[in-house]
Amino acid sequence: MSLTVAITDSSTATVRAALTGTKRDVRGYIFAGALLFCLLASLFVLTVLMWDVVASAIPVFDKRSTGFLTSELASSPDKAGVSQGIWGSLMIAGFVVVLAFPTGIFAGVYLEEYAKSNRLTRLIELNIRNLAGVPSVVYGILGLVVFVKGLSWLTGGRSVIAAGITLAILVLPIIIITTAESVRAVPSGLREAGFGVGATQWEVTRDHVLPYAAPGILTGTMLAVARALGEAAPLLLIGAITGRLASLPGQGLVDRLQGKFTAMPIVIYGWANEVNKPGKITGLTFEDLNAAAIVVLLAMVLLLNGAAILLRNRFEKRRQS
Amino acid sequence: MRGLLFVAAAISIVISVLIVWTLFTEAWTFLSGLIDEAGIGALIDDGKVPGWYPRNGRFDIPTIVYGTLIVSMVAIVVAAPLGLGAAVFLSEYASARVRRVLKPILEVLAGIPSIVFGFFALRVLGPDLIEPLFDTTQNTSLLVTGVAVGILVTPLMASISEDALRSVPSSLREASTGLGARRSTTVIKVVLPAAISGIAAALLISVSRAVGETMIAALAAGRLGQSPRTIDPRDPGLTMTSAMAQLAVGSDQVVGSTLAFQSLFFVGALLFLMTLALNVVAGRVVRKIRNAY
Repeated sequence: MSLTVAITDSSTATVRAALTGTKRDVRGYIFAGALLFCLLASLFVLTVLMWDVVASAIPVFDKRSTGFLTSELASSPDKAGVSQGIWGSLMIAGFVVVLAFPTGIFAGVYLEEYAKSNRLTRLIELNIRNLAGVPSVVYGILGLVVFVKGLSWLTGGRSVIAAGITLAILVLPIIIITTAESVRAVPSGLREAGFGVGATQWEVTRDHVLPYAAPGILTGTMLAVARALGEAAPLLLIGAITGRLASLPGQGLVDRLQGKFTAMPIVIYGWANEVNKPGKITGLTFEDLNAAAIVVLLAMVLLLNGAAILLRNRFEKRRQS
Repeated sequence: MRGLLFVAAAISIVISVLIVWTLFTEAWTFLSGLIDEAGIGALIDDGKVPGWYPRNGRFDIPTIVYGTLIVSMVAIVVAAPLGLGAAVFLSEYASARVRRVLKPILEVLAGIPSIVFGFFALRVLGPDLIEPLFDTTQNTSLLVTGVAVGILVTPLMASISEDALRSVPSSLREASTGLGARRSTTVIKVVLPAAISGIAAALLISVSRAVGETMIAALAAGRLGQSPRTIDPRDPGLTMTSAMAQLAVGSDQVVGSTLAFQSLFFVGALLFLMTLALNVVAGRVVRKIRNAY
């Protein structure tokens, strides 16, 4: 186009302007601005959420201090606390660690290091991917039918054990998938060196592959525990809401694990359905208490999550350099 | 050792079999009970005001399916542009340093438990945003639920789309730039089409997540256990998941009507099939892009 301009109009200034003119790419700026807006908008909403929750939680911690963390559930917002929720969540997390960690890591190692590429292996892999997408509430049905009703002699019905096993199953696919991914990322030279000096498959796996893949596996397991801590829907189906963690004195561990239970997310669900009347002494409502309970839950979940992600990024960077 | 590791991997098959078996045997118990009592027609209520009233033996499936579809559609309308926009910015525009800071933040936020979003929907989104904006009569509705679910799945959408965009080979971008295309043109005409199947998979996975989301719907959808059929997003309603949650919570009280409790499994089986279909299609699409490059 500038060429035609040059021919019809002999003014060199016009030509130069057409050739070197710094035309601003307005459309490009608008596009980039819109994209930035999307990113900031999502971060903004989440910031508002955090801010709102923390701001309403401050008076609770102010007036109740640690009493909020150590008291038990009660019908008055002056007295109610989250100690049973915290204990319930920690016990469930314990089950996830004991049951899902070894199973998930073993399964991931098997799929990457041992399994032959055959139909059965492909079936298992496809199956795990699909399990990861099953809604959590469906795992609640599994827990209700199999662990609460079917195996009630073992679990004691609507109990910590039933909840723990169900959530361990829920997070199992996450652990398997992250383990398999980190094992896959181990350079094959490491394995070949091991085999070259006569190590068996298991020795290579134990002494070379697993140590190298450990940070990735650890990240996956931490994310899995965080997920289990925040999960409420399956617990609702198993019957957490009907049970308050029994804390009779002199109760044995087995009795306690077979007893009724609650967990942090279930406490929050229960309080969200309470009547919003301020307590006589502190003037706090259940809604205020709920904000504080959410701060406690978020502290547990996001600390685990954040640590896991930092850990992963750190090792990724070290490997790249 | 090999045998032990294989058993661990095979447990996943056992879990799947248990899930399918419990869902479908119990769903069948419900169906045969329903056929004996009221006939299969009770699944589509044709009363004066059709709706989901399990305790009265009225199990209008469209009521809860519509609720789920409305919530998921609203959620995708919120999450798709926000998540995709954020992903394009992170992958195509942001400097390495900005991405190093923002991506982990987004990932940490993706871990916020859904019950927190339910509380947020009740407290802030409902009364302060949706109610004045859409003139709804109360602060709980399918619309509020959908918006909250949308916010919940935005980081997921962003994260999967970003992976898809980053897997587009940079030679394509360089070729486009070499032809004199602007950056926005490169993104719209070259990068996005090349990543389209990954973005489609991200959409499907987000929809599947929205369909299965329970706690937000249980708190913010606005109906407890029963609801008339509605297709207006501004109305309170029930989703499949919130109907299930409330059937389970009330399970101690509904001893008299076992059919109502068993409908839990029928709805669960339906939900399982819906999300499975979405995930299988998404998985196919993802494998297709892996082969493309």
